[in-house]
Amino acid sequence: MSELLSVSALGVIFSLSLGLLRILRGPGAADRMLATQLIGTAGVGALLLLSLLSGQQALMDVALVLALLAAVAAAAFTGRQRRARSD
Amino acid sequence: MIDVLSGLLVLAGVGFYLAGSIGLLRLPDLYSRLHALTKADNLGLGLLTAGLALHSQELLTVLKLLLIWLAVLSASAASAHLIARYARRQETKS
Amino acid sequence: MSATNLLVLDGLLVISLVGLAWAALAGSDARRSVILFMAFGLVLAAAWVRLLAPDVALAEAAIGSGLAGALLLAAVQEQPRQPLAARTASNSNPNKPGLSVALQLAVSVLCAALAGTLAWALAHAFNSAPQNALPRAVSSNLEASGVSNPVTAVLLNFRAYDTLLELAVLLTAVLGIFALGPARPGYQAAGPVFDGLARWLVPVLILTAGYLLWVGAHAPGGAFQAGATLAAASVVLRLAGRHQIGLPQGRALRIVMAGGVGTFVLIGLGLLVTGRPFLGYPPAWAGGLILMIESAATLAIAATLVLAFLGGQPRPLAVRVTCGNTSATPGPTGKPASPEGMRGAELRAAEVCNRIPETQKRC
Repeated sequence: MSELLSVSALGVIFSLSLGLLRILRGPGAADRMLATQLIGTAGVGALLLLSLLSGQQALMDVALVLALLAAVAAAAFTGRQRRARSD
Repeated sequence: MIDVLSGLLVLAGVGFYLAGSIGLLRLPDLYSRLHALTKADNLGLGLLTAGLALHSQELLTVLKLLLIWLAVLSASAASAHLIARYARRQETKS
Repeated sequence: MSATNLLVLDGLLVISLVGLAWAALAGSDARRSVILFMAFGLVLAAAWVRLLAPDVALAEAAIGSGLAGALLLAAVQEQPRQPLAARTASNSNPNKPGLSVALQLAVSVLCAALAGTLAWALAHAFNSAPQNALPRAVSSNLEASGVSNPVTAVLLNFRAYDTLLELAVLLTAVLGIFALGPARPGYQAAGPVFDGLARWLVPVLILTAGYLLWVGAHAPGGAFQAGATLAAASVVLRLAGRHQIGLPQGRALRIVMAGGVGTFVLIGLGLLVTGRPFLGYPPAWAGGLILMIESAATLAIAATLVLAFLGGQPRPLAVRVTCGNTSATPGPTGKPASPEGMRGAELRAAEVCNRIPETQKRC
């Protein structure tokens, strides 16, 4: 079972590195943002697998924090800032 | 038996991750990439967490895995919506 | 077999890290560099895990993925984007081209020297005999420290003075942020999708922050990670276009900011008064004292990070409009309210009420 988990972790990190190609190539900033989302989700998956592989429960907390904050970067990227008040 | 089932679920999850990444690389347009990525990643992580939940024995771990999956599901749906709306705005602006 | 899998995994992580770092610094588009830097932070969190440092991985996940990215993007998107090369080309002095070349050469030599020194030190460390004195000392004194997580024991007990000075550095950083002037204007009100996400995400983030603070005593976690998660909750509210983001106002903010260092110092001085060394906790009380210090530090760290995201001194919320009847409480100036003054304030409040979009009126 642990061999399966390590192979799966390798697969997830490999798909993360495929996303890196898009982040480097992507013609627009939105494509790069999209690839960052992939890296975040792949990171969550890899951390879960590593957590069960090594038996450390703390890695699930790391995956939880990563998962909760996944939308913040996209919101900061697409948010429109107000114009400064004139007062 | 449980181990076999959880192993299959984990492998299927990794397969969907790879499918999402390949779609990210090969599809021609931002919107199609967005579509492929969010569906494949959500399903990939869902199958992965289902397999890991079967494998682990404690209730707390299973609940944490469920919370992580729900968080990623809604966060990536919201991000996809935001990015797509942003790209549409950029298109109609130029 | 699984060892070679992990080796390949580590190799992929290293290649990704170096590639992302190189690409982030080599571009000329500021926004591209920021997005690459955010991705670098995400991969770095996985790398910390592989280096057996889950506390640092928690902090990197909270800050690198959420806060640092949001902060840098907000800064980059403030002004019209210009490729960095174009801007420096127009700013460089045309009369002294030799100076900028000499500067670039000096910086390159310094960076190469630093990298060479670090590489030599690393090779030297790997070649010399492994030192077990420090981990042995920590684990032998762990029961007397009041916590069972060795990282928290070192940070908050054995090396508490260092952490006190780090909190003082954060307080100084807030002074620098205040010196920048008023905060950025904020974001437009978010649509129903992100607003709906924020409605459940913010309470969960607050709960997670409390959980990380509590669990830091016996598992990876602690004040810094909890503070970063709490700050992320405020940042989510700000990105959703809310005015009230949970940051204390005015004097309460100053109390929270000073409370981080102040609690630490007061506890240390209190221990001095009772005859023990400065910050030398009695073993029976150590757990409770550490929790008290960490709680105050969590609030101070969260406030610092939110202020860093705001980019300046927060504007006071002067007019409080209650839904339905537009009554206005006077601002912090505290002038006695004359009848004409109250009528004027009501009119102003009515204007503000009409300007706030419907999604933000909460009854």
